[in-house]
Amino acid sequence: MSAKPSAKPVVSRPLSPFMLGQYYRFQISSLLSITHRITGVGLAIGTLFIAIWVMSAVAGPDAYARFAWFARSPIGLLLLLGWSWALMFHLSNGIRHLVWDAGYAFEKKSVDAGGIIVVIASVLLTAAIWVTAYLLPAV
Amino acid sequence: MSLRSPLSQARGLGSAKDGVHHWWMQRLTALALIPLSLWFVFSIARYHLADYSTMILWLHNPYVAIALVLYFTALFYHSALGVQVVIEDYVASEALKIGSIVLVKLAHFALAAASIFAVLKIAFGA
Repeated sequence: MSAKPSAKPVVSRPLSPFMLGQYYRFQISSLLSITHRITGVGLAIGTLFIAIWVMSAVAGPDAYARFAWFARSPIGLLLLLGWSWALMFHLSNGIRHLVWDAGYAFEKKSVDAGGIIVVIASVLLTAAIWVTAYLLPAV
Repeated sequence: MSLRSPLSQARGLGSAKDGVHHWWMQRLTALALIPLSLWFVFSIARYHLADYSTMILWLHNPYVAIALVLYFTALFYHSALGVQVVIEDYVASEALKIGSIVLVKLAHFALAAASIFAVLKIAFGA
């Protein structure tokens, strides 16, 4: 193609709008799918903290005390809350994935019902963890 | 005798070869992580372990040490496989993609080795 490009007049053409929300209804399936991925990445970052935790135990009581101080600080507790919910969600949705891998529950009704069960289970399990941590009598 | 066409052999591309292995190991580690991570998170909630001597005592229990080694193995393997898929999905540049997958896998392996070593050192120690 050797023809010189001619100056084209600027024409306003319709653009594709952002579909989610206004034009394309949110579905529990896609929402939980991306949440599964996001919690997965968050948990992967959390493995770094798990490693730091056991390594601070090896490093001695002073290092461990510093880690424990951070873990109990407001931001530490917030991170722990987020991590525990992310873990319970990823675990519950992970089981939902394993059920699919086994070949069951592919119908739309089952997918949606499973999704709601996963969200409820994640909240209940997270609550169970924190009740265990703070409301059960000391061991 | 290879069933591949000469052109595909010349191009050097082909099947991912162990794609199914990745898929299967992801499911296997996931299965192991169901009881192991529930045990882990409820243990640290129950025993708090914010106190150094409590933590050391907890790690001296051989069943705890064994379970932690199993948990860390499954955890870091599952995490590395999962992050690899995320990188493959979102990183367009081939060099950046391979580079970051290599880094992530090496980092996971190093953290796993360090964590398991730490658990064993305390478990075997005084």
